[in-house]
Amino acid sequence: MYAAIEATDLRKTYPPGVRALDGMSVSVPAGTIFGLLGPNGAGKSTTVKVLSSLSRPDSGTALVAGIDVLAEPVRVRHAIGVVGQKHGADPEATGCENLVLQGQFYGLGGRELRARAARSLERFGLGEAADRPVKTYSGGMQRRLDIAMGLLHRPQVLFLDEPTTGLDPEARSDMWREIERLAGEEQMTILLTTHYMEEADKLASQLAIVDRGRVVVKGTPDQLKSGLEGDTIQIELPDREDAGRVEALERVGGLGQVMLDGRMVRARVRDGSAAIPVVLAALETQGVRATSVTVARPTLDDVYLRHAGRAFQQAESEPEEVAA
Amino acid sequence: MTAARQCWQVYLRGVRAFVRQPAYLGMTLVQPIIWLLLFGALFKSVARIPGFDSGSYIDFLTPGVVVMLAVFSAGWTGMGFIEDINGGVMDRMLASPVWRGALNAGTVAYGALTVVVQTAVIVLLGLALGANYRGGTVGVLLLILLAALLGTTFASLSNGVAMLARQRETLIGAVTFVQLPLTFLSAALMQRNLVPAWIRTVSKFNPVNWAVEAGRSAAMQKIDWGLVGSRIGLLVALALLSAAFATRAFSKYQRSL
Repeated sequence: MYAAIEATDLRKTYPPGVRALDGMSVSVPAGTIFGLLGPNGAGKSTTVKVLSSLSRPDSGTALVAGIDVLAEPVRVRHAIGVVGQKHGADPEATGCENLVLQGQFYGLGGRELRARAARSLERFGLGEAADRPVKTYSGGMQRRLDIAMGLLHRPQVLFLDEPTTGLDPEARSDMWREIERLAGEEQMTILLTTHYMEEADKLASQLAIVDRGRVVVKGTPDQLKSGLEGDTIQIELPDREDAGRVEALERVGGLGQVMLDGRMVRARVRDGSAAIPVVLAALETQGVRATSVTVARPTLDDVYLRHAGRAFQQAESEPEEVAA
Repeated sequence: MTAARQCWQVYLRGVRAFVRQPAYLGMTLVQPIIWLLLFGALFKSVARIPGFDSGSYIDFLTPGVVVMLAVFSAGWTGMGFIEDINGGVMDRMLASPVWRGALNAGTVAYGALTVVVQTAVIVLLGLALGANYRGGTVGVLLLILLAALLGTTFASLSNGVAMLARQRETLIGAVTFVQLPLTFLSAALMQRNLVPAWIRTVSKFNPVNWAVEAGRSAAMQKIDWGLVGSRIGLLVALALLSAAFATRAFSKYQRSL
């Protein structure tokens, strides 16, 4: 299938040496939703900035809608819609004024533009708020306006940078429905970044997990999860332990990928509930008592853990990407 | 064509925000009104210094305050860009194919409009205080035009610095650093032949002084067309140069993203 986005080996270092992209490559088939999943600071936003011509990489190549982003940024800008992480609308202007100004930026104008803006406001449930200043909108309404602005010129490729961050659960599920509709009915190619596992799982037909500026694994959400056989077993210990004392677990039959992370031990096993007594007994022989044991079906969190070598939450709490 | 329409739309965005908060105009006028009243009273006896040409200090001061106001008002234009950067509006605009020059020109035009409205108020206040506009309506309009032209230069510079610095504090520092020295190194408050020679020399190269001397000649004396015309030419050239600087600042900003 024709790739609407083809980025190869993007590298970018911010002064004073923060490596935001370190060999990032993504390929997105036309008409699909592609998810970039990763913790804050993984390089998701930088990837979007580079692919949307806002920022330039130090090296690498990028084609969007068949156009070379580095050689012809203006043509790319006509072909794409961008919804950034922050609200992009002017809070002092009304929803309608924002849309009309946005349309002018894309060379639209006149009666056609006004009609298109009005239709777009209706479609996103903002018809009644059309003539109110955006600063009076709720978070969900502002986000819908952001998307309406990104779509006004009917782009072939839409970039959504963390579209649901900061939304309440109801607004989030509305947004999910809208995004699914765009890809389904309108055949749009969507590149979505998120740090919500659930969001990536639900929306993306293809998914790349990113960490430290590069893709660590990609596939469909199901492929990624089924790549992890069996269950995750998670054991909480009363104190921090050194690796030596949980080594015994690696000798337990059927248990794999044992990982110690502070007071948490995680391991993969075919049948979680059957393994619990064996695991506890093995720890007992080392004099380690567990505080709690949980068994779970594999999630994308486990996929991340497996490929990035650390837990998602842990990566999230590390220093943020240099905001720029 | 598209570029002109985009300029116009960016300009309208500013005008609409301005119209929605008319109180803002009042606030921006407090300072120049105080200058006019305070300096007018403080330096009243300056008019009695031998060699001082104007009949009254208020005649002399009013065009000076009009030009000062242009510098002080237009200097803050870049604050809008900093708000746009912080709010995500700037990145959204730059991800679109909008002509970068329009983002600057539109806001600068709006800044110039603000200067025109503000200076018109000050001109009327001067009239109430007894200023004698010997240049008539044409002279006063030329004074306002000169102030607006100077304003466009400072508005573009402010926009450019805002895009490069991206921080409110830096812009405030840069603007306040420049405003007062440029004003005092001009004939805004004191006649040039009564100031030290070095200030006279420096003021020849000070665009604020170009606007002050030409504006004063136009509004208060018999219009010296040679002076007024040449200064308008210089200020137009400077306005274009600073607009080019501000437009280039967008790509500098994008390179840092």
